[in-house]
Amino acid sequence: MIPELGHLALVLALALALLQGTLPLWSAARGDPVGMRLAVSGAVGQFVMVTLAFGALTWAYVASDFSVANVATNSHSAKPLIYKISGVWGNHEGSLLLWVWILAIFGAAVAGLGANLPLPFKARVLAVQGLIGAGFLAFVLFTSNPFLRLDPAPSDGNGLNPILQDPGLAMHPPMLYLGYVGLSTAFSFAMAALIEGRVDAAWARWLRPWVLVAWAALTFGIALGSWWAYYTLGWGGWWFWDPVENASFMPWLAATALLHSAVVVEKRDTLKAWTILLAILSFALSLLGTFLVRSGVLTSVHAFASDPTRGVFILALLVVAIGGAFAMFAWRAPMLRPGGSFAPISRESGLLLNNVLLATAVGTVLLGTLYPLFLDTVGGPKISVGPPYFDATFVPLMVPLLLAMPVGSLLAWKRGDLPGVLQRLRLAFLAALLAAGLALLLLGWQHLGAALGFGLALWLVLGALVDLAERIALFRVAPAQSLRRLRGLPRSALGVALAHAGVGLLVLGITGATALREERIAALAVGEATALGSVQVRLVEVHQEQGPNYVATVGEFQAERDGEEVHRIRSEKRFFPVEGMPTTKPGILTSPWADHYYVLGDQAADGRWAVRLYREPLVVWIWWGAAVTGLGGLVSLSDRRLRVGAPTPARRRLPVGEGMAA
Amino acid sequence: MAQASAMRTRARGGWRWLAFLPLVLMLVLGGVFWLNMGKNPAELPSALVGKPVPDFDLPPLPGRTDGLAAADLRDGQPKLVNVFASWCVPCRIEHPVLMDLQRQGISVVGINYKDEPAKALAFIDQLGDPYARIGADRDGRAAIDWGVYGVPETFVIDREGRIVLRFPGPLSPEIVRDRILPALAGGEE
Repeated sequence: MIPELGHLALVLALALALLQGTLPLWSAARGDPVGMRLAVSGAVGQFVMVTLAFGALTWAYVASDFSVANVATNSHSAKPLIYKISGVWGNHEGSLLLWVWILAIFGAAVAGLGANLPLPFKARVLAVQGLIGAGFLAFVLFTSNPFLRLDPAPSDGNGLNPILQDPGLAMHPPMLYLGYVGLSTAFSFAMAALIEGRVDAAWARWLRPWVLVAWAALTFGIALGSWWAYYTLGWGGWWFWDPVENASFMPWLAATALLHSAVVVEKRDTLKAWTILLAILSFALSLLGTFLVRSGVLTSVHAFASDPTRGVFILALLVVAIGGAFAMFAWRAPMLRPGGSFAPISRESGLLLNNVLLATAVGTVLLGTLYPLFLDTVGGPKISVGPPYFDATFVPLMVPLLLAMPVGSLLAWKRGDLPGVLQRLRLAFLAALLAAGLALLLLGWQHLGAALGFGLALWLVLGALVDLAERIALFRVAPAQSLRRLRGLPRSALGVALAHAGVGLLVLGITGATALREERIAALAVGEATALGSVQVRLVEVHQEQGPNYVATVGEFQAERDGEEVHRIRSEKRFFPVEGMPTTKPGILTSPWADHYYVLGDQAADGRWAVRLYREPLVVWIWWGAAVTGLGGLVSLSDRRLRVGAPTPARRRLPVGEGMAA
Repeated sequence: MAQASAMRTRARGGWRWLAFLPLVLMLVLGGVFWLNMGKNPAELPSALVGKPVPDFDLPPLPGRTDGLAAADLRDGQPKLVNVFASWCVPCRIEHPVLMDLQRQGISVVGINYKDEPAKALAFIDQLGDPYARIGADRDGRAAIDWGVYGVPETFVIDREGRIVLRFPGPLSPEIVRDRILPALAGGEE
């Protein structure tokens, strides 16, 4: 009964979404407030209905109702509760429902929190949001219905891939989706602005909190995914440049560019068309990320072709949504008048440089991800693109971006004083140079790259601190006054400094874990030891243990220096009998300086165990850095300016859209 | 003044054309997806089908004894040659299928494509080793000779060392049943 109610709720949600996507647009053009307010009720109603549907599916999973085909395929009664719940979105149909649910949450949030938005604008934003919802609800209902029944019901389910039974991964998709779908608001705001033919400072300010939420969620989501890969895949890697990762990384890069260009629109009333384009592009890349990866077109063309109905539906949806947006852009964008002009050396130019580099980075990642597909289509030579391509193209784009970052955030609007800024940054620069020199001295010339990386990391962290110090006039006024200034500092300034310092920590982690990594692959009998860096690692014992739904072979490792124990680490190989699948649980000892990462492999015929031992210096800073960056986004989100109504400048109206109706 | 305004008009004229660029690019991309969707990749023709395997000689992964050379494929046994890499996600997906084939007594050999040896070893260590021999193709040269389109890719070789079938993309039990096993059976003759 409950699954049928869920199904019904989805049908009602689709009806509401269709209403929300059409009538308010028409009413907004006619200036009819009743019809426009309907958008708000529609968004709330859609949220209630999709919540019911999602709740129904979750209930089916928790209660292990195997008469529901989706539950039977993806769950099992022996699974711990948390993985029954995460199983809801661990499959195609359920993850789509989660996607639609988050979309409905964002719609309701705009309806409820957007009190400062003018009614016609709000109606248009919600209408676009409703149209997206209608498209995807139709997709769920017609091609990927999670509520289909099985008759007769099987006695137990087929389980969930054990590699997915992990707390990090349980949280990863919802986080990522929060980011992907959050960008739909940027898209809707951009479309509403194009319909009205008006982009101004107030628009940029309305847009900002939504982009910030989505961007921060994406940051956390990507970091979680990378962390999960690190501690489960078993060879200490944290980023693989595989299409699935690229698909989440591209919207992040685009959203990062969008965050920065929206500031220019807000402060200086220029770069408008570009910002609109970025808003559309961010969401377009999100769609590409969620769906084409789920459907497999990026991992391999082959899986996509296996279900043509879904493939055609998704493609049609993408072409209509994104194609429609770009067509609208082509029509309206040239009418947007650029505002203030600026000198080549200015904050605007700095942000423009940021945008150019980030957009190019999106382009290179997109090209690398889709290139095999393109070449194949035109019948060209068959090639495949791996990490070497990305390392060779992406890193050279990021280095100038990061080098310029501290300078850019100190430049003044309109016309900046470059010598003055460099003067203020000279201590940070000297310290970074000194750190690089010191690292070179300690590590030797073969680690020149690592030394430069450490210098860059310090440059970014100190640059962010200098930015803060400048704002509170540290050491130039009395300390008490500086403190007062710090308290009065807008949260957004604090957020910027945090986010930028986080990038510095990220660079620190990447440098350490890439350039200074040590690894040892050996076959050890129990009791034997091998050298890893400055320690000897001994395989102390191997035994079997019984877990809740698996059996584990546990290897106990002990690291020794001069015969003294330094640490003990246990590593497991788990076997899940229901799925017939093994997984690895590496033993990891984390410290701020280095991770020790030991993996127990298979037993050879002579009784020795294959072991893989890694020492990954500073690797933990990769995720801490990303977390600090994401936190910067949240701090910036708490800025008062974003909550209090934006000062509404005199409207410049073009003779289109609303202007026509008035 | 007049000149400046004329320049601005010209710039805006250029802009207009540029504004269509995203739409055009997107439509091209959509077209590419569309073409790829209609295509049945199992039927991608290979110039090599029916020909002897290309000449190649790959070293083993460090710590293992058997590499892979063209001569190893002419030992009178039909075989599967599977091109894989640890960085390739579909390879992880098809891996259980390969393990299954090995359990059925089918001879599977691997070409490890553009991979770091340690990661490749970790990959088979963690998931199990379906390969009788593995040749390490670090720079991808041998894969070019084989006309490899991407990883994973699987070739069926008959007992004389001729390529009977080329299958790009991950293997599934259905594909093994419908295409690989029949091709292998044909290769017995």
